Amino acid sequence: MAVVSQEARISRAPAVKLSLNRILLWVVGLGVTALVVWRIAGTAAQGLYGPEIWLMQTLNGLVQGSMYALVALGYTMVYGILLMINFAHGEIFMIGAMSGYFVLNGFHQSGFLASNPVPALLITFLVGMGVPPIVGILLERIAYRPLRRAPRLVPLICAIGASFFLQQAVRLLFGIRTKVYPTVAVLSGSWTVSVGEREVRIQHMSVLIIVITMILMVALFLLVRKTKIGKAMRAVAEDKETAALMGIDVDRVIMVTFAIGAVLAGAAGVMWGLWYKQVIHTVGFIPGIKAFTAAVLGGIGNIPGAMMGGLFLGFVEAIAPTALDISTQLKDVISFGLLVIVLIFRPSGILGEVLTGKKA
Amino acid sequence: MNRLSVVRAGIRSGLIVGVGAVFIVLIGMVQTFAKRYLTGDITLAMVILLTFGLAAGVLAARQMARSSPELGPKVLAAAISGLTTGVMLAGLLLVVSQVSLREVLVNATPEMVAALSFGLPLSGAAGLLTGISVAMAVIAVLSGLLPPRLRRALLEGLMAVILIGLFWEAIIGLDVSRLVMNFLGVKAGKVLPLPGGIGLLVVVSLVTYLLRARPRPETAVVRQRRSRAWRSISLVLIAGVMAALPFAVGLFWSQTLTTIGLFTLMGLGLNIVVGMAGLLDLGYVAFYAIGAYTMALFSSPASSLQLGLPFWVALPIALVFAAISGILLGIPVLRLRGDYLAIVTLGFGEIIRILALSDMLKPYIGGPQGIMETPPPYFFGVPLSDPRYLYYLILAACLVVVFISLRLNDSRIGRAWIAVREDEDVAQAMGINLVAAKLMAFAIGACFAGVGGAIFAARQGAIFPMDFTLFVSINVLCLIIIGGMGSIPGVITGAFFLIGLPEVLREVDEYRVLAYGAGLVIMMLVRPGGLLPSARRRLELEEKAEEVETDVAR
Repeated sequence: MAVVSQEARISRAPAVKLSLNRILLWVVGLGVTALVVWRIAGTAAQGLYGPEIWLMQTLNGLVQGSMYALVALGYTMVYGILLMINFAHGEIFMIGAMSGYFVLNGFHQSGFLASNPVPALLITFLVGMGVPPIVGILLERIAYRPLRRAPRLVPLICAIGASFFLQQAVRLLFGIRTKVYPTVAVLSGSWTVSVGEREVRIQHMSVLIIVITMILMVALFLLVRKTKIGKAMRAVAEDKETAALMGIDVDRVIMVTFAIGAVLAGAAGVMWGLWYKQVIHTVGFIPGIKAFTAAVLGGIGNIPGAMMGGLFLGFVEAIAPTALDISTQLKDVISFGLLVIVLIFRPSGILGEVLTGKKA
Repeated sequence: MNRLSVVRAGIRSGLIVGVGAVFIVLIGMVQTFAKRYLTGDITLAMVILLTFGLAAGVLAARQMARSSPELGPKVLAAAISGLTTGVMLAGLLLVVSQVSLREVLVNATPEMVAALSFGLPLSGAAGLLTGISVAMAVIAVLSGLLPPRLRRALLEGLMAVILIGLFWEAIIGLDVSRLVMNFLGVKAGKVLPLPGGIGLLVVVSLVTYLLRARPRPETAVVRQRRSRAWRSISLVLIAGVMAALPFAVGLFWSQTLTTIGLFTLMGLGLNIVVGMAGLLDLGYVAFYAIGAYTMALFSSPASSLQLGLPFWVALPIALVFAAISGILLGIPVLRLRGDYLAIVTLGFGEIIRILALSDMLKPYIGGPQGIMETPPPYFFGVPLSDPRYLYYLILAACLVVVFISLRLNDSRIGRAWIAVREDEDVAQAMGINLVAAKLMAFAIGACFAGVGGAIFAARQGAIFPMDFTLFVSINVLCLIIIGGMGSIPGVITGAFFLIGLPEVLREVDEYRVLAYGAGLVIMMLVRPGGLLPSARRRLELEEKAEEVETDVAR
């Protein structure tokens, strides 16, 4: 008799607690949703903003989102293979932005940028995308490879340390001063499109950023789907040991993954510099976390997910302050809040996680 | 073939050290430390330059140790390695002196050239750098010939000279040393004089040499019995020193000590969350901020609440608020895996900071202007605004927290935390209530930080959102990891080193975050247990080492 009641208590107690927790979470979730809907409805009812504002914000969001997406790809690919958050990825992005600055500024001072803007920009992008992979590979080789079999927190802490190290190394080597990207005359113009009675200005730069992002994403897609190394990457992400048995050099694949992620982050860094003009050694921190948010939104480990997540996050960030009628100061709170909410309610991301079940 | 491999090992290790050396020179360390005299005319910069050569030699010898144990090739490889490093440094010197790189590399200045060339003409300086590097590399290898006991004693003597030389100015600035000097009627200069340095080296080396004279085998029981007696003696000694400290060291150092104490409080709190329960919390500063803001809101007459409560009433409120916020953060993140948890808590910390800065909450907590006029704590009518008195309050808080930590460590919940840290699923299968254990860890950790924050607010008198950046979280994380996760003496030692050192050596402050980053990476790679690992962790590590050995033996 006593035994039975004991058993009943054991089996029932956790179930009750879990559901209570669930209910609490759902109440919070519904509350947040209701609040968001209410704010949007309020803004819409006021009718303060015409369609051209929304179009502008959407475009800005796309530009911002493109950069997030490119950085997010690096997070997601590394996570897909190593199941670790490469915390220093934001710093890789910053190094891309910095190297781009030094090249472009050099061209600006020598007058090459004014006389031959297209080759100058091309070289800037090449260098901005060429330096980060070197750092990325070194980082993997020195800081991450020895820790592959360590408990999970160890490489994460190591990555946090590496992140601060890289940030400070750049500060000490190249100075604390904010670096200002020179204005590129070709890109500073804009097209005017009329929407109803009002006009929207579309900057050349924003189109360039979106186009480059598209090209890089298609290239990545082809690389992962159609090439041998892409196949190897997918195999390693699926199962490292089996891949090794199949004759795949896992170390090399991991190195390539880091390099590709760094190339994409470097491109995003140069775009960031061209778009926002100002670059400093801490520039990688916030975009790094935002891009991680984007990767989580799309389901970490999922490459198309990271692309969508980045664009979605950029879009939300651009629209939300206007739509919810709150101060832009709180823009970061929105994206961090979004991260927290997604992780709590749908940790596998909106598009679902490729690696579910491999929680380890 | 063999000769080739020697050359290759030498060049390889020389290149690795050389890149590191060039990096260290380019971040400006050498010119910064060229004005920090250790003893006589020897500066810290010289020691750094010598270390490059030593490192090149040690690395080469280590690479050679695998292939050939004889001395000859080792010395050759070390010499080549030192030569490579030296040539790289000399090349850097020549390049920087001829080409202006300041536009890009801010530290490539004439000061750097001066610091590297010691007033010699360029060619001479380049030769000197190379020669020293080769010589040091060879010395590094040859020192292996000395009997280990002697070598270790010499090394310890050198370390003592460097440490005392480094802190000479601070040491003679202490109230107690002023008293002693006045009594003896001597005056000390700002730099440890060279004869003193040499004397120190000889004495310390001799003492350590003699102390390690008879390493007799002893049974575990004897060791244990002695260690118990030793422990109580050292406890009494430490208590005495702790009690007398603020008046022996003076005002400035007491202020530093209070900072160390506050970080110890936070470190012990985070130690429970990260070290024991294994929940990596990167937004820990949020609880510190909540403690500080609660204290300021309730005790400052200038705050929006205008209550002006005394410190002792506001302290429990701050504590409760911090604990509640710990639980509130804990509930949603309970189900997250370790690395997601880190990012979410990081986001949480940033949200708190952005909210504190925002216009939205400005009417309540003052936005960027913060909250002013937080009164100091009163103790029987005595305001503890002097850091020498405040020290005792913080010491008391630390002692309470240490006591709680120790008791928790041995308690049921402490063991539950460790089980959760090692394997959540197994822990749950063993009947540990994960929800309760994790929330408890968050709440207690938050509590400790809240106490720290509250005292911080009372010490500062005014608080600003800028006091609560992510950097504080990282700082605390660093001190528990470098000290040793889960180990209470480790946390305290970590706080002394990581917080105290940059306060004393102002030049170091520039490289503080860099060193923290490097420290985290190196500790994870080399000693994941920390400098002073907890007893349990040490046992685990030893067990693992034994396993490996037996594996090899098989």
